Amino acid sequence: MWRDALLIAGRDLRIEIRTRVGLWQVLPFAFLTLLLFAFALGPKPGLLAQAAPGLFWLAVMLSVVLAAQRSLALEGSQATREAGRLLGLDPAGIFLGKTLALLVEVLILEGGLLLGVVVFFHVQVTDWLVLVPSCLLAAAGLCAASIFYGSLAGDARVRATLLPLLFLPLAAPVLIAGAKAFEASVQTGSGSGARWLGVLAVFALVYLALGVALYGPMEE
Amino acid sequence: MAPAISLRSAVALSEGFPVLSGVDLDLEAGQVLVLLGANGAGKTSLLRLLAGLLPLRSGEARVFGCALPDGAAALRRQVGLAGHDPGLYEELNALENLRFALKASRLDPGGAEAALDRVGLAGRLSTTQLVRLSEGQRRRAALAWLVARRPALWLLDEPHAGLDAATRHLVAELCEEAAMGGACVVVSSHEPELVTPMANIVATMGGGAVLRSDPGGRRTSGASDVA
Amino acid sequence: MMNRTLRILGPVSVALVALDLVLGFWVTPPDQNQGDYARFLYIHPALAWVALYVAIGMAALCSVLYLWKRTRSLKYDRLAAAAVEVGVVFIFLTLVTGSIWGHPVWGVWWTWDARLTSTALLGVLFVGYLALRRVPADPEVRAKRCAAAALFAAVDVPICHFSVQWWQTLHQTETVFGPDAIKIHGIMAWTMLLSFIGFSALFAWMVLLRYRIEVNSSTDQDLALEDALAERRAEGVTS
Repeated sequence: MWRDALLIAGRDLRIEIRTRVGLWQVLPFAFLTLLLFAFALGPKPGLLAQAAPGLFWLAVMLSVVLAAQRSLALEGSQATREAGRLLGLDPAGIFLGKTLALLVEVLILEGGLLLGVVVFFHVQVTDWLVLVPSCLLAAAGLCAASIFYGSLAGDARVRATLLPLLFLPLAAPVLIAGAKAFEASVQTGSGSGARWLGVLAVFALVYLALGVALYGPMEE
Repeated sequence: MAPAISLRSAVALSEGFPVLSGVDLDLEAGQVLVLLGANGAGKTSLLRLLAGLLPLRSGEARVFGCALPDGAAALRRQVGLAGHDPGLYEELNALENLRFALKASRLDPGGAEAALDRVGLAGRLSTTQLVRLSEGQRRRAALAWLVARRPALWLLDEPHAGLDAATRHLVAELCEEAAMGGACVVVSSHEPELVTPMANIVATMGGGAVLRSDPGGRRTSGASDVA
Repeated sequence: MMNRTLRILGPVSVALVALDLVLGFWVTPPDQNQGDYARFLYIHPALAWVALYVAIGMAALCSVLYLWKRTRSLKYDRLAAAAVEVGVVFIFLTLVTGSIWGHPVWGVWWTWDARLTSTALLGVLFVGYLALRRVPADPEVRAKRCAAAALFAAVDVPICHFSVQWWQTLHQTETVFGPDAIKIHGIMAWTMLLSFIGFSALFAWMVLLRYRIEVNSSTDQDLALEDALAERRAEGVTS
């Protein structure tokens, strides 16, 4: 399973490095959402700083939808997917591999967005020991759920509209916990972020485990 | 000895429509079967059933000892399918595609260069992104996938469509080599004059079933027939 | 046997719900704090119970039974789909009754209370399941996809249940099963219990009705398949 996962992840990342869709399309989209939030809320630094935790994670989630669509599109046409099935790859390995590749992209995305939030929304991070793990755990859960739901949603025509409907409600608890953890790690935050890390860890484990267990039967 | 492929009244559905309405078929290892028929006759569906990609709805189907539909997962590893769509990753080049396929199949990725050389995609063509190659060159890359993996069952869906004479000749050569090596080869085509000489059996399909079978131009010892 | 069950369960469940409504709106005394508004106690919690636990629990269980090869049968897929469809209705009713009950008590039609929000979220997850079900696919493929989606949606149920403890909330804490002792007594408690039984029975009836429609539809499809096979074979003769 892990061997196949690394093979798939390597393939996806190789394609991404070659095409740079994440760099030139998804990352700019993420920054665009921050700008749009600022336009919607108005140029009030206090308000933006207060809303930054939620806006950050909202931007991440919307960007993950785009990035996951792209990741699933890499599987290509039905013929390409069937050719892949004939190779005898472990379906759980395919799931983990695609999740891993998407995770690398999303972590880079989160880094870029964090910089954007610090600069545009005047946020000061004081507790990196909460923020960094929360970004990692939330990304793992979001990537696992989006890859799994994306594979459920069928071909590209239907997936474009169905994936957001399936994935975003499921990801809402990650949004809540991620925002709370972010809040706890910025200067104006209060309360311990540790318990939200626990919530994010549980969700990441649950979505990863379910994906590993169910991806195989889905592909049969 | 039981045939390598044996189908009895095989029915398969695609989104509720009976694409195969009762196929009877026997094929020995080392034989070449050609499928002829009009569009919509069920040729592609039969290839997909034999690949374990289309579930069997009723009837019996046994391919290389794997009883369908339960044995589909085990069967797929023994199958190579070259369809209308080459089914390769367009953003990668031919060499990368083949190395990926070989590693996934637990084979030595070092065999990729030799396979590409065999199909005439050596050198610059092997390291050019597939999206930049012509349709014919992409088809060659798909054939290289089969050459490298050496599956026990070769399934070729209209392999001659849109190809030049040299590539058509290559297809015939590769099919013959595969059959001589003990593989079963099943080819669907709209060009009977091209494929009949290379076939042991020529089966004409219609309405999702095999309507008639005739001997082809290829002879091997211990020939079987379509039921 | 199913027809006989439906003939009995239908009237019984409707009668139980009717009795619950009569007792709840006319017989039981008003609450000492909320007055007559508290009569929603005999509707809203039962609807929420069915929506959040019975419907999703049934969908999840049937999904597991479908995905497990030993018990795989399309009947579980049909039952799961019926549970989700009826569950959507109950979620909608839960939100509406909760909103009507909450307005005079909280002063607003809607609040971003954790339990309300989680319930609305589960409603959207159910709608997503139904949308997935409408994507054209072979019945077995569709069944597997929907089973997986139902299991993922089931993860949301613990959030709803524990949200009362996790977040500060306007929503009343658990009345009957919370750490404190049961806070309602006498006829109010019995009527509330009746509401749970009545609405659960109503849910079961509606699910079985919906399941029967699916079964009849698939029987029609099987008959249509025989016709389609005959037509398909005839194509071969004429070609």
